[in-house]
Amino acid sequence: MTKFRVNKTKHVDQTKTVSFNFDGKSYHGFDGDTLASALLSNGVHLVGRSFKYHRPRGIMSCGSEEPNAICQINEDTDLTEPNVRATEIELYEGLKASSQNCWPSVNFDIGGINNFISPFIPAGFYYKTFMWPKSFWKKIYEPLIRWSAGLGKSPTKPDPELYDHKHVHCDVLIIGGGISGIIASKIAAKNNLRTILIEDKNILGGSTIFQKNENYKINNKYSSEWLDEEIVELQKLDNLTIKTRTSLAAYHSYNYLLAKENISDHLPLDKRNGDIRQRLWKIRADKVLVATGAIERPLVFNNNDRPGIMLANSVKKYLDFYGVSCGFNNVIFTNNDSAYETAVSLKEKGISVEIIDIRKKSNSKIVKNAEKLGVKIYWNSTIVNTFGHRKINSIEIMNLSEDGSNVVGDKNRINCDCLAVSGGWTPMVHMHTQSGGKLDFRENDQTFIPTEIDENHINVGSCNGDFELEEIINNTNKKVKNFLKVSETEFDNTSVLNSKELDKRNIWLLPNYISEGKCKSFIDFQNDSTVKDIKLALREGFKSIEHVKRYTTTGMATDQGKLSNMHALGIIADTVGVKMGTLGTTTFRPPFTPLTFGSIVGRSVGKFFDIIRKTSIHEWHSQNNAKFENVGQWKRPWYYPINDEGLHDAVQRESKAARDSAGILDASTLGKIDIQGTDASEFLNRVYTNAWSKLGIGKCRYGLMLNEDGMVYDDGVTTRLGENHYLMTTTTGGAANVLSKLEDYLQTEWPELDVYLTSVTDHYSTASICGPNSKKILTKIFPDKDFSDEAFPHMSYQNAKIDEINCRIMRISFTGELSYEINIESKYGKSLWEKCIEVGKEFKITPYGTETMHLLRAEKGFIIVGQDTDGTMTPIDLQMDWIVSKKKYDFIGKRSLYRSDTIREDRKQLVGLLTDDPNEVLEEGAQIVSDVNKKPIEMIGHVTSSYFSPNLNKSIALAVVKSGKKMNGQKLIVPMENKNINVTVSDSVFLDKENKRIYA
Amino acid sequence: MFLINCPYCGERDQSEFSCGGEAHIVRPKQPTELSDNQWAEYLFMRKNIKGVQFERWNHAHGCRKWFNMVRDTSNDKIHAVYKMGEKPPVE
Ligand SMILES: [Zn+2]
Repeated sequence: MTKFRVNKTKHVDQTKTVSFNFDGKSYHGFDGDTLASALLSNGVHLVGRSFKYHRPRGIMSCGSEEPNAICQINEDTDLTEPNVRATEIELYEGLKASSQNCWPSVNFDIGGINNFISPFIPAGFYYKTFMWPKSFWKKIYEPLIRWSAGLGKSPTKPDPELYDHKHVHCDVLIIGGGISGIIASKIAAKNNLRTILIEDKNILGGSTIFQKNENYKINNKYSSEWLDEEIVELQKLDNLTIKTRTSLAAYHSYNYLLAKENISDHLPLDKRNGDIRQRLWKIRADKVLVATGAIERPLVFNNNDRPGIMLANSVKKYLDFYGVSCGFNNVIFTNNDSAYETAVSLKEKGISVEIIDIRKKSNSKIVKNAEKLGVKIYWNSTIVNTFGHRKINSIEIMNLSEDGSNVVGDKNRINCDCLAVSGGWTPMVHMHTQSGGKLDFRENDQTFIPTEIDENHINVGSCNGDFELEEIINNTNKKVKNFLKVSETEFDNTSVLNSKELDKRNIWLLPNYISEGKCKSFIDFQNDSTVKDIKLALREGFKSIEHVKRYTTTGMATDQGKLSNMHALGIIADTVGVKMGTLGTTTFRPPFTPLTFGSIVGRSVGKFFDIIRKTSIHEWHSQNNAKFENVGQWKRPWYYPINDEGLHDAVQRESKAARDSAGILDASTLGKIDIQGTDASEFLNRVYTNAWSKLGIGKCRYGLMLNEDGMVYDDGVTTRLGENHYLMTTTTGGAANVLSKLEDYLQTEWPELDVYLTSVTDHYSTASICGPNSKKILTKIFPDKDFSDEAFPHMSYQNAKIDEINCRIMRISFTGELSYEINIESKYGKSLWEKCIEVGKEFKITPYGTETMHLLRAEKGFIIVGQDTDGTMTPIDLQMDWIVSKKKYDFIGKRSLYRSDTIREDRKQLVGLLTDDPNEVLEEGAQIVSDVNKKPIEMIGHVTSSYFSPNLNKSIALAVVKSGKKMNGQKLIVPMENKNINVTVSDSVFLDKENKRIYA
Repeated sequence: MFLINCPYCGERDQSEFSCGGEAHIVRPKQPTELSDNQWAEYLFMRKNIKGVQFERWNHAHGCRKWFNMVRDTSNDKIHAVYKMGEKPPVE
């Protein structure tokens, strides 16, 4: 046992030694320790360097508010994690931790030089200094900032652990397992309500669990003993789920909350067995009770950041809960009674302690208790300086003037090895405000207190501003009864003894004889912002607390200003001369403590990241060496390389084969909507730009759909299957949106139409066969069918059967070739495809993918919505005037086609581009200009599709160009990084303008 | 994350719904008769107020029905839901 482990407690098992490593050195702690308590038991205070000045920093607290003891754990393993608070990690065998933000070591830190040049790093330093010259950013400023910032290292490999999500509903959710939360849980569960209690520590009890002071008794027992008994009873209740190691991350509206449960973080790495590491609970609660407690405030004085300067109640917890004394020569610096409990605890264990109290005098019971034990108290005094480089070794104190605005008298130097500070308590109102709750400012102890927002959410205990034990128990009991409509509880007649605080004095910035400019009085320890920074920001004209916060970065670190926000507000209020309550607070945003990415994504990783849709023919594609591309959630064959063919060679081969003989494409992913009803024709008239009333049964028609703003939204071929029955196809990516849009119009604008829509995308598989030999192949598959142009014309459909299975054949073409699409129930898709391949063998039928499809349609000048259009193109811009009906009175988007903007003649319009060098292929997305000499160069358009056409043996491209319609034959330039490519504007149809091939 | 009371299905989580913006903007019956300004008023102009707002919502991952909802955008309190075509509740 080390000399700092002075006390045996039941929370730390001193028979079970745990060895761990910190900054390369081996230490021992015990089962039940946190990394912080184990380090302190070894006398280690110095655990890191500050962010900006690289000042030595020590463990300051014992919880989630810790600003300094931020570690990288298990470095060099796949499980490494940065920014972990040493105060929250439960110690386990083999834990490896290292301090962040220091190089080469915590004891000798090169960045510490910043400390000496600190007058040059004022608020807004990064904004002001690293502005100029611009060229310095990439090579000098950024690497410098990144190197010196050192906010931990990310793991380099995928996270090997499992994470889980769980959805739960309950009657009552109680956040916080301290004394208030325990009382509330007991009342709720005993009144037959399904209750969940969550607590972020590994045991219940909060700070009462180590309170063994004769001034605080409940029913004549020490409050810790009383609570122990309550917890034993609590655990027997059926209606209650207790989740420890579970911290609330977010409190959203309608009582929807997220909580993260740590399942295996406290286990040695070799005992984790690949089980779930963390679980994110998504809780919908009928009623929520917030009992998150309060955080102790530090005090703001010169050099208040040395290792060994800690929060007073944390010093007490290390002593009474973990059995560790943080020092043997302690000084307490306080403005309130609660720190006297720390003094009494220390003194009772025979450890030296003195108190500096800024109050003039107090005669409360706990103060008298301390005096009786012989604790020396310096009243009406303040600390003006502290000393000691890697750990505090002494302080300098002076008396305060009557009004507290100045120091008077002589300086007095006191030696110490630990300074326990208490500036009062701040209710943890984060959860309340996250849920939309408002705050009131309470003058007498300078705290923000929640105001109730609705009947399904209350705050109890010290997070509600009840700090005295008696208030906590009685008010919690009263409020919970009211909240849950319970008439009596076992806590109704609880007798509570407690020392009442009689005197208060609050000074946000303690005065000093040293000028303010020479003081280093820290407000935000993690982000290293000082009083000077705040005052500078105010002088520079920042007034809003939100602006001051961002400019000085106060409260912007990973602790979200848990220790600093109140002081920043207080000092701003004092400086500006307004009441603190009028300033408002900064916004508390989720998560309360940082969440791992793993817990956020849960099981949605790898192949579960998103839905993967495969056609019924997918397996065949895989077996035949297809490379796939993602189109929305679909996996579509991209190209089918033979041997070691690359994309280019494969596509050239596939494209030639499709035009020379026959090609086959899996078109199953196209969206398909079955449309039925007596008004189906009228409906299509309203949603497409062209006319539909006269389309005969058994005929197909291409349609273009606009948004109400006149811009092209989707396109596809629709087939009239019967008098009141159509099958609409949409683009692969647009299917879901088109269905939603059509449903919207039907339900909201045209409810009088008798039309029914059903998505049948997944119901049918489609094999699309094109090429001059496609008719021969179809004839072989369907020997009884007449495929002559007369019997089966272009743009028509017929029913047919393969082996008694019904299918539909559409003679439609997206390639410009003679082409047929066969639709069959999805379960027969693969058999159909295999049959086509088998029959097509003698014609060298070639499967082709999306890339070849894109090339073939570009040769023919067919657009792809989403590639050649981007939501700013009208059909007129696309030179597709022919598809816009002049006769129809109305259709979606019609009125927008002659808005002043859409009739502009200099809009970007779709054209073809031919490169002067036929072998030069343009880059899609490349900018187009007409004059490279006139600066600034005006960009008049961009390339939307570009390919090398094997059938034309030259490079072709589609592009949108300002006033392009009038530019046919004009020379333009596509400037690239190293050269300018000369191009000529052409017609957008490059092949078979006469449409002969469709009738081949 | 709200709880929304779909008029067809009952109370469901917000993640099942999608919002379709301001309600009670009727598509003009005779768009061709409108001036550019009048058409733009229908097409682009939305109030987007802080306070009580009438909105269109769709139970996209449920019954797929559109309905209207009265929501206070300042605190997300939902005051009413009602079917398409029904009169908005008078405040
Ligand atoms: Zn519904």
